[in-house]
Amino acid sequence: MTTRTIAVVSAGLSNPSSTRLLADRLATATVEALRARGDDATVEVVELREHARDLADHLTSGFANKSLQAAIDTVVGADAVIAVTPVFSASYSGLFKTFFDVVDKDALIGTPVLLGATAGTARHSLVVEYAMRPLFAYLRAVPVPTGVFAASEDWAGGGDTALVGRVERAAGELADVLLGRPAGTRPADPFADPTTSFEELLKGS
Amino acid sequence: MQFGIFTVGDVTPDPTTGRTPTEAERLKSLVTIALKAEEVGLDVFAQGQHHNPPFVVSSPTTTLGYIAARTEKLVLSTSTTLITTTDPVKIAEDFATLQHVADGRVDLMMGRGNTGPVYPWFGKDIRDGIPLAVENYQLLRRLWREDVVDWSGQFRTPLQGFTSTPRPLDGVPPFVWHGSIRSPQIAEQAAYYGDGFFHNHIFWPASHTQQMVEFYRRRFEHYGHGSADQAIVGLGGQVFMRKNSQDAVEEFRPYFDVAPVYGHGPSLEEFTSQTPLTVGSPQQVIERTLGFRDYVGDYQRQLFLMDHAGLPLKTVLEQLDILGEEVVPVLRREFAALKPAHVPDAPTHASLVAAAGGGHDTTVHAVDDVTGRTVESATR
Repeated sequence: MTTRTIAVVSAGLSNPSSTRLLADRLATATVEALRARGDDATVEVVELREHARDLADHLTSGFANKSLQAAIDTVVGADAVIAVTPVFSASYSGLFKTFFDVVDKDALIGTPVLLGATAGTARHSLVVEYAMRPLFAYLRAVPVPTGVFAASEDWAGGGDTALVGRVERAAGELADVLLGRPAGTRPADPFADPTTSFEELLKGS
Repeated sequence: MQFGIFTVGDVTPDPTTGRTPTEAERLKSLVTIALKAEEVGLDVFAQGQHHNPPFVVSSPTTTLGYIAARTEKLVLSTSTTLITTTDPVKIAEDFATLQHVADGRVDLMMGRGNTGPVYPWFGKDIRDGIPLAVENYQLLRRLWREDVVDWSGQFRTPLQGFTSTPRPLDGVPPFVWHGSIRSPQIAEQAAYYGDGFFHNHIFWPASHTQQMVEFYRRRFEHYGHGSADQAIVGLGGQVFMRKNSQDAVEEFRPYFDVAPVYGHGPSLEEFTSQTPLTVGSPQQVIERTLGFRDYVGDYQRQLFLMDHAGLPLKTVLEQLDILGEEVVPVLRREFAALKPAHVPDAPTHASLVAAAGGGHDTTVHAVDDVTGRTVESATR
């Protein structure tokens, strides 16, 4: 049995937030899907609201303070990422984008990602495909085929079986991608001894 | 250990008065600041190189040459010399010339420059920053060490039978530091040649400095220049001091809040805890600076940034008085007491000449049209 680490990035602003609610459902379903396949998982949640000022400071200072750095380390060190944003002005929120702006562009290469979004109206339902997928394509992460969008009506009443089905399908896809991978892979250490000798660098010039 | 100041040479409005110095005032103030540095007993004055407003330091050896003429002991250096966009031939010529007029009181620090638009003005591309630094510096070394250079590379027109004049003073090129905040390749370059490595150590968390210096020391040893703790390390630092700590904070805050580079972001209190910036009493500066050694080991050069963000000249000169009279004498004594004997001092022209077995004139004479002797035959 392998224990995977899953980082949940939630950009919801209110408390309780439907974004966090969706993120929690996706995380729970992913853990269950992994257990059903004989693995286990630990979940760490990064609430971006808690880092709103840290992120603004990073934009001006160029570096992450300790609190933000810990959040970034959690995300880039995880075996998989569940990333959920509210829809603001027809796209992911600025807070969500700012977080992925300050994550190193190479830090999520090959990381399996489950994408989720919430909005007040179902008319935003393709936001995962037209806004979030291109962002994670740029980061060369590996988003699973099913993205989960939830509008207000998905939370209304007891008849949310369609949402439950999408959550379970997406979680199953993430678990399947994870199964084929070694756990605990980390980004390369830039301060390891160079693999290219300086003589080679000189010749290349 | 050497102590000094480094300046980026920015023209920034004083946010407390709204007044912007003229370029003439700022250039003259750089000279005044350098003279003050020597007067208060500092060892090094280093000046940046920029080719865009709001900077006035596009021609460093002009200013440094003038300062050389008006000082006796001060070592003149750069912070940094743009090895990416400046022709290495021009660097070789300018700094060998400065060596002669300054009687050897010259070293320099290589930097890449991180302002994207500057590169195309010099026919270069910022994405080639590292390869430019590697190729150009290798050529610069050869221009100083070989009387006649045949060379071709990727970034510059080839050279056939080229002699860079004047030849370095006493046949010994200036010592070179390499500065970089985050690029291990530059620390690797410094280690490969056994040159010095300088971390600007301002505006960024000290963890960046520690990672880079550790890497440089390890690679310095790998390349056989000595043990890791004998590598030549320099650090920057930024301080603002008043007798009473709270007075320093109150006076510096309006400059901090809107400063170029880091203004409009973290508070002064956050920034001083997250980066090496120290705003407080001379005693606080002494304690913080002595603490740098805890994460970089025994090092050879400490430069302070004293004159940016629109601080008026009068204030900068007061700061230099405090630095020279109250801070550096204590640091000199304390660091010297801590440094083991096998850790070298920063190389100077005198120490490099001694290491080379004494100075020798390396003047290269033109082809003799009577005997037909060429530069090549004269130097072989």
